[in-house]
Amino acid sequence: MALLIPTNPAAENATNNLDVMRKIISLLKKDMLLELRQQYSFYGLLLYGASTLFLLFMALESPEANVWNGLFWITQLFICINAVAKAFLQESKGRMLYYYTLHHPTSFILAKLLYNGILMLVMSGISLLFFILLMGNPVDKMGAFLGLVFLGGFSLSLVFGFLAAIAARAQQNAAVMAILGFPVIIPQVVLLMRLSATAFSPLLEVPLSTVLLLLALDALVILLAVILFPFLWKD
Amino acid sequence: MKKHWWKILSICLLAYTFIAGLLGPVPRLPLLQETIRNLYFHVCMWFSMMILFTVSVVYAIRYLRTLLPKYDRASRLYAGTGILFGLLGYSTGAIWASYTWADPNIPLLDSFSTIARDPKLIGAAVALLVYAAYMVLRDSINDIDKRARISAVYNVFAFVLLFPAIWILPRILPSLHPGNEGNPALDVKNDISSSMRIVFYPAVLGWTLLGVWITQLKIRLKKLEDKQFES
Repeated sequence: MALLIPTNPAAENATNNLDVMRKIISLLKKDMLLELRQQYSFYGLLLYGASTLFLLFMALESPEANVWNGLFWITQLFICINAVAKAFLQESKGRMLYYYTLHHPTSFILAKLLYNGILMLVMSGISLLFFILLMGNPVDKMGAFLGLVFLGGFSLSLVFGFLAAIAARAQQNAAVMAILGFPVIIPQVVLLMRLSATAFSPLLEVPLSTVLLLLALDALVILLAVILFPFLWKD
Repeated sequence: MKKHWWKILSICLLAYTFIAGLLGPVPRLPLLQETIRNLYFHVCMWFSMMILFTVSVVYAIRYLRTLLPKYDRASRLYAGTGILFGLLGYSTGAIWASYTWADPNIPLLDSFSTIARDPKLIGAAVALLVYAAYMVLRDSINDIDKRARISAVYNVFAFVLLFPAIWILPRILPSLHPGNEGNPALDVKNDISSSMRIVFYPAVLGWTLLGVWITQLKIRLKKLEDKQFES
């Protein structure tokens, strides 16, 4: 693996794990601070989710459980694209160059993925709340469903987080992210929809092996991001 | 001559595929009947497609390690030929399905949405969409080096995430497709009979070699184009 990763000046400094952790935390803090200072983007995201939901609310009243499930995950997908897109697309070229001199690519991408994940966890919770308020609550096992929503939101944010990095390097917008991401995300969304369908019926058990499969896919995405990001980052 | 033996082999194998495939003995199965001969064409298209995509991703990795433009060119063109084989796989599959799966009482177009829900078709559709997106991504970047690097990264990322679509989904979702347990068409016990296997394996090799041949020609053409563009 070591051969695959090109070196940069910051790479030599970040040798021990503690240092990497500290850098990830400092990058995470920076993103959080940015979020707090520029609250309009978070509210914009909330408004995006709310207006999508309101449109659905107008389009159909009290959908059946499987329609509810499908709509919920599609909404999550679109919210995720919009939430994650700005994480990379908001960084200007000069600022990226600045990060390049300061950080190891691994800590940079991990910090970004973690930040996206946290943002998406918050958004998932809020959109679930809205969904139950407006579209009714067909969920039987709420605890399991909530867990799946958070797991799903996190998984989506990981894949789209890396694709956002690609789209940002290609100087493209969120639309290209959707083109790149939708085919890749299909297996995970199908797994998630099938898993969450079991939370609607009191008779079905949530299959643990599928949950583990999703976790394994998440680990795979993180690994790929860590291996591949250094190539995107170098100009 | 020494370098071209595999081209002759490809022609011979494909001639054998057509002759033995259309005339040779096949088991008579209910519903399938003579359409089972399509196995030598339809299934081989998917095998070749996956092999060509794998070659493409290997070249992408080699590009990332060396940054030589020739690997990028090969990666792009192998992916293109892979898409061609995928489309051919779809059309041969559509013909086959129209004789075996489609309900004869309702028009073919009406049963399409049911057929397309089959997990193997989903996997194939995902593969084609991924590589179509790869082409779009490539064409959207103007800088040559940047284009090569970014699309190689996407190629590797998407290829690895394609595995769940192809190997995990079919085992979870219900399917009409044969070969649901184990590896389709490679299962010795309960899949295809041995009389078919002696045609099927050479056919896979023949079609794949044809795909490589097509790509080699395209690579040479592209190399010339690039040279002309530079001068």
